[in-house]
Amino acid sequence: MDFTFDSEQNDLREAVRGLLERAYPDSETRRKVAANDPGFDEKTWARLAEMGLLGLPFAEEHGGMGAGPIEVALVAEEIGRVIAPEPFIEAVVLAGGLIAAVGTEEQKSELLAAIAEGACVPAFAHAEIGTRWSASASAVTATQAGDGWTLSGVKEPVPTGARADVLVVSAALADGGTGLFVVQGDAAGLTRTGYRTHDGTRAANVRFDGTPATPLGAGEDRTAAIERALAEARIAYSHEAIGAMDTALRTTAEYLKTRKQFGVTLNRFQALTFRAADMYVSLELARSAALWASMVVDAGGDVVSAADRARLQTSRAGRHIGEEAIQLHGGIGVTAEYSVGHYTSRLTAIDHLLGDGDFAAARLARTVADRATVDPMGAPYAPGGGIG
Amino acid sequence: MRLQLSPELEAFREEMRTFFTTQVPQEIRDKVAAHRHVSKEEYVEAQRALNAAGLAVPHWPVEWGGRDWSPLQRHIWREEMQLAGVPEPLAFNTSMIGPVIAAFGNQEQKERFLAKTANLDIWWCQGFSEPDAGSDLASLRTTAVRDGDDWIVNGQKTWTTLGQHADWIFCLVRTDPTAEKKQRGISMLVFPMDTPGVTLRPIELIDGGFEVNEVFFEDVRVPDENLIGEENRGWDYAKFLLGNERVGIARVGATKKMLSQAKDHAREITVDGRPLLEDPFMARRIAEVENELVALELTALRVVANSADGKPHPASSVLKLKGSELQQAATELLVDIAGPLSLASFADEGSDVPDWARVATPHYLNYRKVSIYGGSNEVQRTIIAGTILGL
Repeated sequence: MDFTFDSEQNDLREAVRGLLERAYPDSETRRKVAANDPGFDEKTWARLAEMGLLGLPFAEEHGGMGAGPIEVALVAEEIGRVIAPEPFIEAVVLAGGLIAAVGTEEQKSELLAAIAEGACVPAFAHAEIGTRWSASASAVTATQAGDGWTLSGVKEPVPTGARADVLVVSAALADGGTGLFVVQGDAAGLTRTGYRTHDGTRAANVRFDGTPATPLGAGEDRTAAIERALAEARIAYSHEAIGAMDTALRTTAEYLKTRKQFGVTLNRFQALTFRAADMYVSLELARSAALWASMVVDAGGDVVSAADRARLQTSRAGRHIGEEAIQLHGGIGVTAEYSVGHYTSRLTAIDHLLGDGDFAAARLARTVADRATVDPMGAPYAPGGGIG
Repeated sequence: MRLQLSPELEAFREEMRTFFTTQVPQEIRDKVAAHRHVSKEEYVEAQRALNAAGLAVPHWPVEWGGRDWSPLQRHIWREEMQLAGVPEPLAFNTSMIGPVIAAFGNQEQKERFLAKTANLDIWWCQGFSEPDAGSDLASLRTTAVRDGDDWIVNGQKTWTTLGQHADWIFCLVRTDPTAEKKQRGISMLVFPMDTPGVTLRPIELIDGGFEVNEVFFEDVRVPDENLIGEENRGWDYAKFLLGNERVGIARVGATKKMLSQAKDHAREITVDGRPLLEDPFMARRIAEVENELVALELTALRVVANSADGKPHPASSVLKLKGSELQQAATELLVDIAGPLSLASFADEGSDVPDWARVATPHYLNYRKVSIYGGSNEVQRTIIAGTILGL
């Protein structure tokens, strides 16, 4: 097992950090960008495309960079560090990942290349009111009519749903199972109502009413592919959370060193410094779990279980660090003018996009009896690895 | 970034696992696994079996029996040892005084002590804490005063673990009471426990066991050749030693073993007609501890890989802090799984309560120590806040 990044990965991190620090030098810049639709900066999106990041995990023949999950993790962490509102995980990792996983050659060539160029922002329309974090769909149904398909029903909340040029939509199939479909943003019978979310990004109510749709790949049950794509996105969000927690903790530590009360700086109060130390413990354990989960993706191990482990650890850490960051700041931490509350808001959003800590813990609990001990370097995480 | 072990490391792990499970007597390993009292003879037998195979002190310099292993190899070695229930090489010998003598002792001291220390021919104990010097170790008051070629030691040590078995003690003593900084007036002396003037009083712990002691010194005469390193530099050696103590203190393998036992026992207890392990709340509680343990193990692997020149990575404090919390969480789980059976702690023959349930509470109570020794968790928080966060 090896936790070191190679020089190309370090270069990538530096490049992404440079780009994002220029785009979001302070929290006020992000606040201004988030104030207006589409909730992110189209110019920054174009720069991400220029750097190749929007095609990072896609195969080169589809216009991508052919990079692996470790590179995706690095980018996600850098996004979290400044909580850049650009929908990298939503568009590239999740929607793009589904297209790469099950799309036809033609769909991959066309859509992935457009995503990589920044010409097409896709979104995955999956969540439905009344269910949560499932890999299947029920409220939106797919109907085959002649040569084509139509979708009906409502998806909400759909991150980036109003801005998206193309929607990848999960829908219940008539004979059971959940299929995946591509719906163009200008399709007939498609109504999208976007709104601002608490973390400054955007989501939408997306209504399908006999909306024409094209199956992504063959029109068959894709529940397993959805579960897998959700897992990879959960891991990517875990890395975004690590970046956000890192900044929240560093900002808090800096504040404790400078803010004076009772005639001394706050770092003279052990009640505060001990709590900051506990935040560091949470962060480093979560970082280890997230990095490991990306290595499991790379190794071809049990990604769904690894994602649950990363999600549980980063969720607990995110709550802890997000809440304490505000508390250790005091009143200013609750204000929109100051940065740290936005980090807590984003960490809270990450928790609820694809599954929170309790969700992951409940799933892990169902398999806790399967093995005497967990070996992170062995089966099922390293296929063929481990002993016994 | 790579998940799998290389084929060489896989083979290494298999070699360790085979050795530990076949070459260390089963009766001893069963006792460790069951948290039963391990006798001095059994500790010695186990360590000599390891030492004969070059597995007692792999982290020492090669010329004194070390193996020049990578941090990952050491991790695997320790992990497999704990999973197999092998009593670990006595920490006072192999993690504390051995490395100090190897690093700071003179040639004569190295030749005199190191081989016997590795083989547990000498059983060492630690004379650091005093009644008024616990976390604030540098305020220790035991004195050593020069008398010709000797030192005369007076004072008292406490929390001396397994001192009742010890042949020798390594001791921090105040040799310069006038030093401007209290850390600057401390030296390290070693001497036999049967030296005239040394007396030992056992302290009973809340689990009913005896593992720590008070040690009293009254005009104990120690020859100058038993001074380790330089006079008044003892604090540096103590810091070096405590840093070593923290490596491996996460005890991931031992906690893993406890969690697997917790699962086994939770299968045996029935609640409302179903195994306790199938109770969603219990399953989730185990899953949460197990997940933190995975994260801790991975953090340990990250930290060892970044430790340079034998100096502990500052984040090793994380390992101590979380490692002790998870050890305690596992012992607590075992008590709660035992439920009412846990009351039968001192039951003898004639009780039907299984062995594991009898030892559960004494073990839980005993393990309150792990967040106190080796630098209490509050000391670790101070280190993290100061050294890492700059607070």
